[in-house]
Amino acid sequence: MPARRIIPCLDVRDGRVVKGIRFRDHRDAGDILEHALRYRDEGADELVFYDITASAEGRNVDYDWVRRVGRLIDIPFAVAGGIRNVEQAAACLEAGADKISINSPALERPELIGELACAFGSQCVVLGVDSFRDGDDYRVKQYTGSPDTTCDAGRGTTDWVREAVDRGAGEIVLNCMQQDGVRAGYDIEHTRIVVEAVPVPVIASGGAGAPEHFYDAFQWAGASGALAATIFHDRLVSIPELKEELARCGIEMRR
Amino acid sequence: MNLAIVDLGYGNVGSIGIAFERFGVAAKVTADRDLIAGADKVVLPGVGAAGHAMAQIEARGLAGTLRSLAQPLLGICLGMQLLFERSDEDDTLCLGLIPGRVRPLEPAAGRPVPHMGWSRLSVRDSRLGLSDGDYVYFAHGFASDPGPETAASVDYGREIPAVVRSANRLGAQFHPERSGEAGARFLRAFLDS
Repeated sequence: MPARRIIPCLDVRDGRVVKGIRFRDHRDAGDILEHALRYRDEGADELVFYDITASAEGRNVDYDWVRRVGRLIDIPFAVAGGIRNVEQAAACLEAGADKISINSPALERPELIGELACAFGSQCVVLGVDSFRDGDDYRVKQYTGSPDTTCDAGRGTTDWVREAVDRGAGEIVLNCMQQDGVRAGYDIEHTRIVVEAVPVPVIASGGAGAPEHFYDAFQWAGASGALAATIFHDRLVSIPELKEELARCGIEMRR
Repeated sequence: MNLAIVDLGYGNVGSIGIAFERFGVAAKVTADRDLIAGADKVVLPGVGAAGHAMAQIEARGLAGTLRSLAQPLLGICLGMQLLFERSDEDDTLCLGLIPGRVRPLEPAAGRPVPHMGWSRLSVRDSRLGLSDGDYVYFAHGFASDPGPETAASVDYGREIPAVVRSANRLGAQFHPERSGEAGARFLRAFLDS
């Protein structure tokens, strides 16, 4: 395993960074470039930018900010939001993104995963999954950018990630929806089930509130990376201190 | 300095050009044979699958040009894999500039594939601008085998060449343009070579 990755996630709407609690009530959290540079300087291993309104409203990613981010930072970053075809993905990669992350469009048309993997290679294709614990079952949600559009995608989570990997997805970002924004820790069992279901890297998402939550995601769920927004945006945990703490606990970190 | 980045249509050439701009070098992204042959240094990037990339090289009539370059040539990620004789990915005949074959990585528990993230280098060659223990960023599902050309490597179940060097040819399996300060040192050393 490479060093485990610490991945700040920036939800983007109308060219600004926003953050919501459980996918609702988004509030402005600042300028994209300022955040990107700060995280790079603090030692983030990768960044993910989600255009949270794109899929729900049927809009495309605005590639101009992708280009500006690409010029500014020298660590990898992924862009998600409304990428529906190979041409849009190519424009996004040309603008400097290293990976594209698809979620609702892949549920609408699973063939998209294979088309992207064929054109750019699996290592560029990330599948974002919004997963919901429903009793003993895990279900996929769709159009989660807004509470008004969120709906059941009609798929079980493990079936969907296995199918996506068979079609060419090279990484899974698993967002456990009940945990998102509440800082109670990643859903370890949920994440471990997905890690064991697929051969590709799995990134834990949703619920980080303290350094031990990252430890649990790496040590007990087997996640390759852990994604978080609130605790980094609100400076509840600093990335250098987090990495030092995790390294002290025996988790390999790039420092 | 006259630096050419080979344009294969699709691909992540944007961030590679930007990385060189940080050193004040304005690279020319081009598929023109004369511009590539006449450049001081040439970079062969690559995002995607080997079969598609070699088809793009052939379609542009660039295979012969790339094989006959005497100036420094740097292949990055898939661009490095194309320097070898063949790749198991799409069962592709590659440029044949470095002996060997590119094979798929095998996933194992705790070792997902693609190999994605920052891994620690063992460095054999002091001219790379890299140091033992540097972390650099990888994103690949195929890799070459170690050989006399291996200049730096990482351990991923088997030894994976991270940098290969043979005569004027240099290949990086990792992404120097996305590897922070260590990646910048590597690109600087290539520019100074």
